Amino acid sequence: MTGMQFGLFTVGDLTTDPTNGSVPTEHERIKATITIARKAEEIGLDVFATGEHHNPPFVPSSPTTTLAYIAAQTEKLILSTATTLITTNDPVKIAEDYATLQHLADGRMDLMLGRGNTGPVYPWFGQDMSKAVELTVEHYHLLRKLWDEDVVSWEGTFRTPLQGFTAVPRPLDGVAPFVWHGNIRTPEVAELAAFYGDGYFANNIFWPKEHYIRLINFYRQRYAHYGHGTAEQAIVGLGGQFFMRKNSQDAVREFRPYFDNAPVYGHGPSLEDFTAQTPLTVGSPQEVIEKTLTFADYFGDYQRQLFLVDHAGLPLKIVLEQLDLLGEILPTLRAEFASRRPEGVPDAPTHAARVAARDAAAAKEEVDA
Amino acid sequence: MTHVVALSAGYSDPSTSRMLADQLVASIASKVAEPSVEVVTLRELAHDITDATLAGFASPRLQAVIDQVVAADALVVVTPIFKASFTGLFKSFIDALDQDALIGKPVLLAAMGGTARHSLAIDHALRPLFAYLQALTVPTGVFASSFDWGTQGKDALTARIDRATSELASLLAGAGTGRGPTDDFDLFSDTMIAASRPD
Repeated sequence: MTGMQFGLFTVGDLTTDPTNGSVPTEHERIKATITIARKAEEIGLDVFATGEHHNPPFVPSSPTTTLAYIAAQTEKLILSTATTLITTNDPVKIAEDYATLQHLADGRMDLMLGRGNTGPVYPWFGQDMSKAVELTVEHYHLLRKLWDEDVVSWEGTFRTPLQGFTAVPRPLDGVAPFVWHGNIRTPEVAELAAFYGDGYFANNIFWPKEHYIRLINFYRQRYAHYGHGTAEQAIVGLGGQFFMRKNSQDAVREFRPYFDNAPVYGHGPSLEDFTAQTPLTVGSPQEVIEKTLTFADYFGDYQRQLFLVDHAGLPLKIVLEQLDLLGEILPTLRAEFASRRPEGVPDAPTHAARVAARDAAAAKEEVDA
Repeated sequence: MTHVVALSAGYSDPSTSRMLADQLVASIASKVAEPSVEVVTLRELAHDITDATLAGFASPRLQAVIDQVVAADALVVVTPIFKASFTGLFKSFIDALDQDALIGKPVLLAAMGGTARHSLAIDHALRPLFAYLQALTVPTGVFASSFDWGTQGKDALTARIDRATSELASLLAGAGTGRGPTDDFDLFSDTMIAASRPD
């Protein structure tokens, strides 16, 4: 797998289907998540990422449990998150859980860190939302140490100190899981991603592109500033969402009641206004291809494209139909993105490639020495 | 060129808020160098403003007005007083602005009310809002009620308009606050510096 990665990200919400008033049970939703992930592999997608939430109406509170279960039932799919809460989770537990997942999945995983934006969640986990940025920065510095150093002695503001602590299991092949930093507005997160040379995922699905152009350009410039490569070589991921039917008019007619009533879309701008200003595409497969390709024009050629498909209360059956259509346009998306990709833009990161790069660097050092 | 934008938050069309806004900008235009004035009626943007409230981003039409407001040398705001304060439409428009959009901007506050009993709403409601936004408000607020549109009160209103716009003109001629909205990320905040300090 080279070049760009394409995949799905799911919020894991229990949303009423406005066409018949039904709401899936938690059990149905959790099982549907597995079905969707397996379908992602079947249609040739590279990545499946789940959200993490600790309050209704959401179900995915234990991402590594779900992802390990999916890993056991798939062969190629990279399992990831969108996002893992770096603020309210203990970095020690993140280090342990995701290193375990890395071993179980034979390296077919990475993770996307995020702050989370639901105020009441913070005190449930003993934290204070007014310190969200400080928590993000301190927790991530610690997480890096726990993975990159075998024995850690550390002292910070938000967690009990560690003396001679070793997080187990150690990362697979001595290479820590790749980290994406999910972000919608906080420049400190872009700075963290740039400092460590990590990936930067701009979840651009709900707002106009101008906002994200500014953040992504900042990350790219800072990535270059910290000496990881040129701005064009920074590792960028983007979101997107669609509803497709062969005929554009059919897509609009079928999706409108879902759009008009969805918690995140409804009762504000019209479907037409929203699709004009955000990545949401409601139309034919060709329209989805065209809209998605514009992302590289706005944000630069990038490494990972994740789509939100199980949104707005769509039933599983329709979500799977959407994935069949996505599978049909996937070869075109891959070819179009590949053909416009300038020389020197790196491939999306995989565990195998990162192990190989680490070994090549070590061999070169030996030759030089 | 002195670019002045006036926001009129009256709900009716025509509205007395709009009439007051027109008088204020005409008076300002007579006192500043190379005036360029624009009066925006928020009623025409009511749906866009509600959409922005729910979606978290502005339509192109509303964004164009926000950009004008941010770029203006001075701002005039005129709102009817409903239930002891500015209108909900007016506040929703202000809510759609970025946090630092009005920092250091000279702003002339004006309001309309049914009777003069509402006149302190400018100082009790509008002025704290603009203090929060770190705008530079003109000391004289201009309140007008039905009384002021009659022959009895007209001269008093004209005199208040003249005083307020003269104050605005002198603020514009002065050094200002030396502050304004910035498009740059702060690279030197404690949290930003901490991002590249692992130890």
